[in-house]
Amino acid sequence: MPSLCDLRPGQRAVVLAVAGEAPLIQRLSEFGVFEGETLELLAFAPMGDPLEIRIGETRLSLRLREAECVSVELL
Amino acid sequence: MTSKPFIVALVGNPNAGKSTLFNALSGLRQHVGNFPGVTVEMKKGHFTHGGRRIELIDLPGTYSLAARSPDEMVAVDLLLGRRAEEPAPDAILSVVDASNLERHLYLTSQLLDLGKPVILAVNMIDLAAKQGLAIDFDVLRREIGLAVVAIQANRSQGLVELRAALSEAEIAPRIMMPAAVETAVRELAGLLPKGTPDFLARRMLFDIGGSAEREAVAKLGESFAQRLKELRQVLAEAGCAVPGIEAKTRYAHIRGITAKAIRRPAVRPRTATDRLDRILTHRVWGTLLFLAAMFLVFQSIFVAANPLMDLIDHGTKWCSNRVESNMEPGPFRSLLAEGMIAGVGGVIKFLPQILILFAAIAVLEDCGYMARAAFLMDRVMSRCGLSGKSFIPMLSSVACAVPGIMATRVIENRRDRFATIMVAPLMSCSARLPVYGLLIAAFLTEGRPFWVPGLTLFAMYMLGFIVAPIVALLLRKTLLRGERSLFVMELPAYKVPSLQNVLRRVVDAGWAFLRRAGTLILMSMVLVWALLYFPTRGPDAESFPERIEAAKQKADAAESEETKEEAELESKKLTAKWKENSYLGRTGIALEPVFEPLGWDWKLGMAALASFPAREVIVGTLGIIYEQGDVDAGDDEQSKNLGNTIRDDWAANGNRARYSVPTALSVMVFFALCCQCASTLAVIRRETKSWWWPAFTFFYMTALAYVGAFAVFQLGRIVVGNG
Repeated sequence: MPSLCDLRPGQRAVVLAVAGEAPLIQRLSEFGVFEGETLELLAFAPMGDPLEIRIGETRLSLRLREAECVSVELL
Repeated sequence: MTSKPFIVALVGNPNAGKSTLFNALSGLRQHVGNFPGVTVEMKKGHFTHGGRRIELIDLPGTYSLAARSPDEMVAVDLLLGRRAEEPAPDAILSVVDASNLERHLYLTSQLLDLGKPVILAVNMIDLAAKQGLAIDFDVLRREIGLAVVAIQANRSQGLVELRAALSEAEIAPRIMMPAAVETAVRELAGLLPKGTPDFLARRMLFDIGGSAEREAVAKLGESFAQRLKELRQVLAEAGCAVPGIEAKTRYAHIRGITAKAIRRPAVRPRTATDRLDRILTHRVWGTLLFLAAMFLVFQSIFVAANPLMDLIDHGTKWCSNRVESNMEPGPFRSLLAEGMIAGVGGVIKFLPQILILFAAIAVLEDCGYMARAAFLMDRVMSRCGLSGKSFIPMLSSVACAVPGIMATRVIENRRDRFATIMVAPLMSCSARLPVYGLLIAAFLTEGRPFWVPGLTLFAMYMLGFIVAPIVALLLRKTLLRGERSLFVMELPAYKVPSLQNVLRRVVDAGWAFLRRAGTLILMSMVLVWALLYFPTRGPDAESFPERIEAAKQKADAAESEETKEEAELESKKLTAKWKENSYLGRTGIALEPVFEPLGWDWKLGMAALASFPAREVIVGTLGIIYEQGDVDAGDDEQSKNLGNTIRDDWAANGNRARYSVPTALSVMVFFALCCQCASTLAVIRRETKSWWWPAFTFFYMTALAYVGAFAVFQLGRIVVGNG
């Protein structure tokens, strides 16, 4: 199942599920990252980690380890 | 007219302009509140409206009330009125960003759970307008059920209405969770002691492993924890799994509101932030621009601060001289001139660097670039057990650890911040340069290839850069062990930094530094002064200071150049003998066996001991011991002479002559790794709010320095012995 890490800059996707530890799930959901939400991958940092997404009007930066927990479906 | 003050708590996301609003409302009538046990600072201020005193308390910026640490729980407890030092607020002022209303209202909706009066201040309406958003405030007011005021805090717009609206704060109904959730909350609330706010029952249920849960389990035991687990299981089976259900429900409700109140353009316009970030977070350009920006910050500290630091130095010396020429020689004059004035001057000297650095950091943070810097540097920093946000504090510490450590406030995660604070002093700060300069010039320049001096200096810096990550990683595995921190970080929209905010932060930082470090530095300089001054009588019961003064007067009254030189030499010799006989000197001699494995003699040992409060002192102390009089660390000519004197002195002693280079290197390595700075320790104490951490820093660095110096000397001895 593809995760956020598998997206390319500029691609938009829908969140299918957020797995992982409770603090991470909660933090992401507070920003609006949960099932059914649309987001856009903006960029990867120079060494490929962390990555940056746009969710709603918020630009969010996530480590790959955290991004792996978000499974998505490409739009 | 009521005499009881009306207390308002300011709550909002970071970057919502909460601080700007706080400053605009309270002006200069503010101070930092004291909250024992937490490392966050909360400002308190006040103003008067309609004859009533309104007190403001600025809570730390947060995205939600789901507290996971004591620092986060403080805000929740304060809002509930459960903090002993603070009465419960009468109203809550929720500050939100008009251009990102949906996300910001998440926190507002949580505030409604508290059952307290809330006023909504919609800030940055100019930005929303720029993005083509049209907000109907009447609809918003009706849908949310709260008093809503549109403001633009940075232009002080809307503040009149806001001040008036504060007393009209209403309690609005909270957002209802699905029935299954509400049932679970009710049952949980029933298990809690009477008088526990419902709000906490909610937080216990939603925040798995959070502060509310931990506190309750600690008090109520395993049976409570078990019931909590069962309730969550029930919810999961009902399709309302926590924590996700909270966000889903809140956002659904909020969207219902914003759909009615906000009109958006059909196509999302590209914002200035979008355009800037295409370059600034670009893999190549972003990194290059970042390095350029860092270099600029770094250079400005060195280049711009130096003339100011020289100015302060001159000022200090001038004061010292005035005291000396206007007072009778004796312990009081010496205490004043050499102990206190030198001590205070030594502290104030740091001020230009601190102010410039803080201004740079305040600008970077206010405009939003700081988050991009953390984004670019996170991978590298993580490998070293730190976080992306540690980069700028670490870089600043290469100039001076004091502002560097103060800058670690941007790191929210406590463990990351403490790890950064612990290793920041390892970055070779500018105060170590005089020592490197002196010894490299004396022992590693003449007769050696041209690249040796530069390489040695570079090696000394690299030593810090390499040891710091190792220590950080070790700390993360031992003392600061814990779950890997969450990095999930917002990159806020870029905005023009507010001059007021920047100035205020610079002034606050400078003042705080002067007050705290000043007391500790002053005390330690006075102590060192005393240890070098007493006893004043030698074994023959003759007073040293008196004899030195006599010699100086002989020099002044001398008629021939020869007599003058003789008298000056005598005064220098007497000074050296006096210092040798002082308590510090005797300690140095007594501790010689400790210094021997490092290749040092008691003179070096004594100078090292004397420089524990402030490392620059070593050059001056060495000057005195080697009979050069007081050598100015910044004076190259005098330094060179001192270097030559030391070299000749060592050459005369058989053993030291052979191993002069290893000895010099071991001194440099010791200085590179040791924490010889009372200012740094004072700042660590202030930032960690404990005595334990600065003490630990002192001991681990001294141990590291000793081992390092030992290793370098012994290794060098073997190399030289075989070469």
